[in-house]
Amino acid sequence: MQMQSDKIVIKLEAITRVYKVGVERIHALDGVNLELRENEYVAIMGPSGSGKSTLMNVLGCLDRVSSGRYELDGQNTTGMSDAALARVRNERIGFVFQSFELLSRSNALKNVEMPLIYSRNGWWSRRKRAMQMLERVGLGDRVKHRPNQLSGGEKQRVAIARAMVCNPSILLADEPTGNLDSKTSEDILALFDQLHAEGQTIILVTHEESVARHARRIIRMKDGQINSDLSTEEDQARRGTLVAELGKVTK
Amino acid sequence: MKAVFALPLVFFRLFYQSIYLALTQIWANKTRSVLTTLGIVIGVASVTAVIAALTGLKAKILTQVETFGTNTIFMGPHVPERGPMSHANWWQLRFRPEQFDNVLQHCPSVAVLSRMGGVGRRTVRCGEQSVDNVEIQGIEPAYHQIEHRPVVLGRIFSLIDNEQVRQVCLIEPKLRDKLRMDQDCIGETLRIGSTAFVVVGVIEARPQMNFGDSGRERYEVFIPFNTLKKFGEPFTWAMASGKSAETLEDAQAELKFFLRRTRNVRPGQPDTFEVQSLQNVLNTFNKIAVIVTMVAGGIVGISLLVGGVGIMNIMLVSVTERTREIGLRKAVGARRSAILTQFMIESVTLCFFGGLVGIGLGQLLTMAIANIPQVKLDLAHIPLWAIGISFGFAGIVGICFGMVPAIKAARLDPIEALRHE
Repeated sequence: MQMQSDKIVIKLEAITRVYKVGVERIHALDGVNLELRENEYVAIMGPSGSGKSTLMNVLGCLDRVSSGRYELDGQNTTGMSDAALARVRNERIGFVFQSFELLSRSNALKNVEMPLIYSRNGWWSRRKRAMQMLERVGLGDRVKHRPNQLSGGEKQRVAIARAMVCNPSILLADEPTGNLDSKTSEDILALFDQLHAEGQTIILVTHEESVARHARRIIRMKDGQINSDLSTEEDQARRGTLVAELGKVTK
Repeated sequence: MKAVFALPLVFFRLFYQSIYLALTQIWANKTRSVLTTLGIVIGVASVTAVIAALTGLKAKILTQVETFGTNTIFMGPHVPERGPMSHANWWQLRFRPEQFDNVLQHCPSVAVLSRMGGVGRRTVRCGEQSVDNVEIQGIEPAYHQIEHRPVVLGRIFSLIDNEQVRQVCLIEPKLRDKLRMDQDCIGETLRIGSTAFVVVGVIEARPQMNFGDSGRERYEVFIPFNTLKKFGEPFTWAMASGKSAETLEDAQAELKFFLRRTRNVRPGQPDTFEVQSLQNVLNTFNKIAVIVTMVAGGIVGISLLVGGVGIMNIMLVSVTERTREIGLRKAVGARRSAILTQFMIESVTLCFFGGLVGIGLGQLLTMAIANIPQVKLDLAHIPLWAIGISFGFAGIVGICFGMVPAIKAARLDPIEALRHE
């Protein structure tokens, strides 16, 4: 088991992201500062419109910032070309989506191989690596199955295997249990715990407290800013007091 | 070292992967793919069939030309369009045999020349059997060196036959059978009109022409040119062979110059005769073939255009349908160029697929044409270059019309694409 190191994976400095809707300027992110170390397990929470999706897109190099500086693995990504960003996504970021986003025509193995097609070094060994990854998520016997022959939990495992196959610096999961029942959700979260225990840095975007509790650190967003950034224990304790206070007030 | 290979490798991977993806995509939408490529299929099928028919026609003409050789020159009287002789009738302008005396000495590029004469059709008898409408052809011995019609039995004409005005003849195997003569008919006698001729040889029949009077049987009997005078003054023309294909035009020019002199055509007056080579005839045919090919090409161009629009339409639908897939591919690290390549190759593959089906259909059409007996295009076949051109054009259509959808796909914003319903 790898212990949390001091190596900084993500460093956000005064990030803003402004959308123009007509004449209106919407500050989806409004001065976000954040540091993430290797092997952290973070949940990003917040109501819709709080900027958590935008933050995730920025962290995943899908979106460009309006101002500020984003360093991933010590490399400044702001101002990179599209092609360079594509390479960063390919090599350093693994995405897990709420609705799995598997290619329905391809079997599990082909789905997991897919990112390696675009990879510079992984192409020749893609089958072997995809096999290994599927075994790691416990689907070694389902490689030839197509998505429609898999259960929801299995689909998400395939998606996680796909996200992990390029050995990314960060695993970005956007509501990974949103389309799953509670039993399957627990299985998937257990898989995240296992990956974290094996040294993976994980960022989880969710609005469910029960999911967020699996993380070691909870970041709460509000109006494009970080409202609170605490360890899970502190966060839960504070939440407890809040709920208690709320209870008193209601009485 | 690695960096040197990196770029070509990236392209190779993209290609390999894109072709694979394109094929699975086509396979997944079989009906749609077939319907989409219908324009390409029809275009390619029609162009290959037209080219195949032209090729067959050309091959047919060439086999007939080969019995003469392209090196052969024909000479005949010709009424000029202007000048004092423009009102002359044809008989006045006829060749006189003496106009060709010593022709070979004055025409160094001409290898051999034979005066030829016709006296029209006569009835040929042998015993009780008779055949009407037999073409009586007077030839000189040099004829055997000009037209490639081997004498399969007996002997060819000699100079003595001609000089001594012998009553000898060469007949075709079919005429021999029709007259119920012996298989070895050498030495037997037949009558042309009332004149008796001894058969000295059997000459191979000319291959049937594919146009005109092919329905009726035609027979030819050859007799020495000088002997022909027994039937009255013949209509005279001449055949010659050039020494080589390269000097064919020189030979024609020399013959023209020579004939102008012997026929007393004054300087400045137009020729009263024609000197033609089969090469000229072939050139004319080739010109016609080019025009037909261009017209066919125009029609095909239109159907390829329609086909291309069909391809573009279906590719646009495909891009819309697969927006989320594109978003996902971009999210996991596909560059714009990778998405562009994928969709371009998909449309090109679709077009190639259409081209392949079209060539198959064209082959069927060609086989159908070749098997219609009246058309006599049994030599019709699709030449390799036509297959190459068909694929080339299909590919160009794929590239041109696949461009817009592919660019649309490549420009998709991954965030938007992943949100697409």
